[in-house]
Amino acid sequence: MPRKGAAVVERRVKVESEVGLHARPAALFVQAASASGADVTVAKGEGDAVNAKSILSVLGLDVRHGDDVVIRVEGPDADALLDQLVGIVNAEAAGA
Amino acid sequence: MPEPAAAVRGVGVSAGLGVGPVLLLAGAVPEPSGTERFNGDAETAVRLASEALEATAADLEARGAAAGGEAQEVLGAQALMARDPGLADAIKERAVQGATPARAVFDAFARFRKLLESAGGYLGARVADLDDIRDRTVARLLGVPVPGVPEVDHPFVLVARDLAPADTAVLDPARVLAFVTEEGGPTSHTAILARAMGVPAVVAAAGATSIPAETRVMVDGSTGEVHVDPEEGAVEAARALIAARAAAAEQASGPGRTRDGHPVALLANIGGPKDIAAALEHGAEGVGLYRTEFLFLDRAAPPSLDEQRDAYRAALDAFPGGKVVVRVLDAGADKPLAFLSATDEPNPALGVRGLRILRRHPDVLATQLAALVAAAEGTRAELQVMAPMVADAEEAAWFAATAGQAGVASAGVMVEVPIAALRARDLAGEVDFFSIGTNDLAQYAAAADRQVGSLSAHQDPWQPGLLDLVAATAEAAGAVGKPCGVCGEAAADPALACVLAGLGVTSLSMGASALPLVRVALASNTHEQCRNAAAAARAARSADQARAAARAELPGLAELGL
Repeated sequence: MPRKGAAVVERRVKVESEVGLHARPAALFVQAASASGADVTVAKGEGDAVNAKSILSVLGLDVRHGDDVVIRVEGPDADALLDQLVGIVNAEAAGA
Repeated sequence: MPEPAAAVRGVGVSAGLGVGPVLLLAGAVPEPSGTERFNGDAETAVRLASEALEATAADLEARGAAAGGEAQEVLGAQALMARDPGLADAIKERAVQGATPARAVFDAFARFRKLLESAGGYLGARVADLDDIRDRTVARLLGVPVPGVPEVDHPFVLVARDLAPADTAVLDPARVLAFVTEEGGPTSHTAILARAMGVPAVVAAAGATSIPAETRVMVDGSTGEVHVDPEEGAVEAARALIAARAAAAEQASGPGRTRDGHPVALLANIGGPKDIAAALEHGAEGVGLYRTEFLFLDRAAPPSLDEQRDAYRAALDAFPGGKVVVRVLDAGADKPLAFLSATDEPNPALGVRGLRILRRHPDVLATQLAALVAAAEGTRAELQVMAPMVADAEEAAWFAATAGQAGVASAGVMVEVPIAALRARDLAGEVDFFSIGTNDLAQYAAAADRQVGSLSAHQDPWQPGLLDLVAATAEAAGAVGKPCGVCGEAAADPALACVLAGLGVTSLSMGASALPLVRVALASNTHEQCRNAAAAARAARSADQARAAARAELPGLAELGL
């Protein structure tokens, strides 16, 4: 059940980052999720969703370049946060 | 606490004097008890654990901020792991079951450790990061020192139970005045590292870690003595010797020779083109051992002729007028290769390795020899090619013929099998030169595995029996006017280098950074003194006695504090 007044948005995207959701992109992803007041989960393909604020859980998904991930955000400004997270997984990971 | 001893004694494995304050390397963090129950409530356990994690995270961030750059990113990611909410949940679960805060942390990390480990690859490598955070946090909770080399901003004498490569990877050589360890031997990681860094070292020094931190100690890497809180006069005398040694090493240049001008070529061991710069910087006259394994490791098939030619050519171009001794592929034992080595040998060190493998794979040897001949075309360096693990004259003759047919002008063999040293006169007629590999020769002569640290006394290159084998080899080569070099740890020990020269060895090859001190040691003694030292060492009954007897004949070393 979504909380009252909170939007729930979900998107499935292909990971374009060269190093997948590892190293620098993983750290940026978790930092962005943690900085928000929203509940954020991420899943690889059809797999189980994990807490996106847990770097160890996110790394544990072992998301590689070209994998599909499902990002789900529940909370205020959910759309903006989702855009930001999608931006991170799609960034050309220069220097990461 | 008992009064610390005025002196601790061990085995000197890297010559020289070092004076400075003790920095203690903390040992491994113990695993917290799994049966002990916490004597407070779960809430308190969770609070203590999360405070320790937060302190660890803050410390990692502070160190990252101080380091900047890539290190900051790595340490920042570690801090993020320490603050992981999943970890906090797992800790809470264990605390509710009555675990101590330290054990709750330990178990929580274990859960994620398994997750990363099973993924392998990049994630598998993060396990070490995770273990580091765990150890730092558990150390805080148990009140034991945080592992690793503490960060200090002054030079120090590093004292530890033993040193692992991970402990020393980040050491700044300019800060380390000397090493002292309670364990280890002449071939331990500490000894090899210290000689490579040109830093004095004493190993097997019982009681060293009970010297309090920051106490001033004077370490003599020649005699093995560690003076605790030495007299000011002794410190000044030591400082004068250290300065004299540094000045001598700075000034000594040019080809290796004894005080009276007897030449002993000083060459560098290299493992690929990356090591050439250091060899040139330290004044190597050429390359005495080019290990070619780096080209072959971690791949499914051998490298092409062109790739090999370029890698060999780089070394030949670096030493115009000098010689470059290349060892053909030495696979097997501690360097197994997927496409060559047998995997089912009960005892690989005594199995099909070195030349024995190459004779079973003539195509691999042919390509390598062709690449070497192509690399030498048009260069001004003298290419010499040698085979590893040669046991008898028949093998030596086979290799010389094969190399000659391929167009190699000078073909030699490594002498590292005792039976080959004993019958060196049979081999000497078949090849152009010898190169003695003292590490393997000691391993085989004393039946003591190089990789077993507790057997290190049996691998000591000063053992009179090993010196006998070197002498037999050098004499056999000398009798027919052929060169005999030594490549191996023994050549990097300044006193032993003089003894080897006295035994008739014509060139010494070592890790480049050891060259300046060996050059100084040779230049401070005459050839006759070297011969006398060699005879005295061979007349001794043990490695320690050989060391002492040789030193007594080499007065030039003491003047330099070597």
